[in-house]
Amino acid sequence: MAEERRITLINYGKIDPESISDYISAGGYKAAEKALSCKPFDIIEEMSKSSLRGRGGAGFSTGLKKKFTSEACTLCEQKYLVCNADEGEPGTFKDRIIMENDPHRLIEGMIIAAYAIGASKAYIYIRGEYYKSIKRLGKAIHDARQEGFLGSNIFGSSFSTDIEIRLGAGSYLCGEELTMLESLEGKRGYPRIKPPFPAGKGLHGFPTLINNVETLATVPVVIEKGADWYTGMGTEDSPGTKIFTISGDIKKPGFYELELGLTLRELIYDFAGGMKEGVDLKAVLIGGAAGTFVDETVLDTPMGFDTLKEKGAVLGSGAVMVLGHNKSIPGMTQSILEFFEHESCGKCVPCRVGMTQLVRLISSVNENGTGHKNILDEMLTEAEFMAKTSLCPLGQSPVLPLKSLKRYFAGHF
Amino acid sequence: MIEAKEIDFSLYERNPGELIPLLQLVQRESGFLSDESMKRIARFTGVPLSKVYGVATFYSQFRFKPKGEKHIMMCRGTACHVKGAPRIQQEIENHLGIKEGETSDDMKFSLENVACIGACSLAPVVMVNEDVEAKLSPERIKKLFGKSEKKK
Repeated sequence: MAEERRITLINYGKIDPESISDYISAGGYKAAEKALSCKPFDIIEEMSKSSLRGRGGAGFSTGLKKKFTSEACTLCEQKYLVCNADEGEPGTFKDRIIMENDPHRLIEGMIIAAYAIGASKAYIYIRGEYYKSIKRLGKAIHDARQEGFLGSNIFGSSFSTDIEIRLGAGSYLCGEELTMLESLEGKRGYPRIKPPFPAGKGLHGFPTLINNVETLATVPVVIEKGADWYTGMGTEDSPGTKIFTISGDIKKPGFYELELGLTLRELIYDFAGGMKEGVDLKAVLIGGAAGTFVDETVLDTPMGFDTLKEKGAVLGSGAVMVLGHNKSIPGMTQSILEFFEHESCGKCVPCRVGMTQLVRLISSVNENGTGHKNILDEMLTEAEFMAKTSLCPLGQSPVLPLKSLKRYFAGHF
Repeated sequence: MIEAKEIDFSLYERNPGELIPLLQLVQRESGFLSDESMKRIARFTGVPLSKVYGVATFYSQFRFKPKGEKHIMMCRGTACHVKGAPRIQQEIENHLGIKEGETSDDMKFSLENVACIGACSLAPVVMVNEDVEAKLSPERIKKLFGKSEKKK
């Protein structure tokens, strides 16, 4: 049986999250000190070599993102780092676990990332409902400032940076990076047209690096132990570990940090204790609402960004929701589509109108017990149209679960 | 709760980027956003009042009426849905005699639906003020919110 491998969560339960001296005794801020004695270019090289892929859901190369932001301009007056802590993908709570249990790890990762790209100001944009995370991070930032890890001339170098916490105001869409920038600028959470990408023109028009909490919290260990060590874990296309959050009809819901490449079967039966008594597995929703449904034929596929893609599924944020035989697939679909309908900001007409149409179609299935023969195709056509014509990932999302439903659960509609 | 006009803005620099933090400050201190408080924020930041109002109404966190002593946030995330959130919400609404978005007449309770709050392994959950109440059942709702509180 595979074992849990805690890299990002190495301090979980071992230190007092509110004590900076606990974190330092556990080897904390060593990686930041090491990083600040290197050239920024070398940090970016090391991150690129580690092939760490963004843990927010899209899986973009962290090294490349840093490189683009770093190279956007050499003489610009300002660059920003933004930590995306607006965790809102249903079923996902990995970032909350990190922020509540090891806030200094995130701060250390942010110091390194800010140094690598030359950002003198950093923001953490966090879910307004995450009271405990907000409190712990606030204290951690304060303590880090006291110790001289934030502020001017960190570790005696010429580098200075500071972190400010900004609270989300209840919009799922603001978890999307460009919309988050709008919100940080004090505007309504409407998505921006891209390009320009934030690496070139981000917050207030300046180059901005936006990384997820889990990604940034993984940076210190990569710098400390090196890219070669890191790529020794996981699979070739998706190295390292990932925090999976598993919920639904299983015996032991919770979070598990595991090497990528393990199978869904191992996650559900070896770690999460298997299905609840008397319940058979019907479906697994991977990646949250903007994720994909799969059936038992995918249980033995190694989980990685690319291997799941071959099965028409996504790894996304690492949310795994297990549905027993007594759960209705069209019922679940309706819950997801109603969520998107509610969160659609209304800027793009295809998304605004399309979401209403999708909810109308799925409601007709649920009200009548069954829909007419082509209802799934009808919904897919609508969703594909939306995906092609909407600005941001929200309008592009419904097609993901719907496509997977067509592939694995067409008989349920 | 303190009056919106008495809230200290002196830590802010009067720039438009501070609009949302200021709205959040006022709501945190006085419970909701009154017309007067939004006018004050508009004057302070130099952002037109129409835009202040536009931003405040866009985000679901902002309220324009006072909330109850116990503000209940019902998680409507997918994991809670799987574990029966719609039934829990029904039970809360029946028990307290208020609907989503409303405050009870005695100002004791208010109910709001929120998106996934990341407590999926404890589903179904609500947050009451800042505390998470986990693994709810209709029976626990009665215990949680008292027996004879039903008022409208």
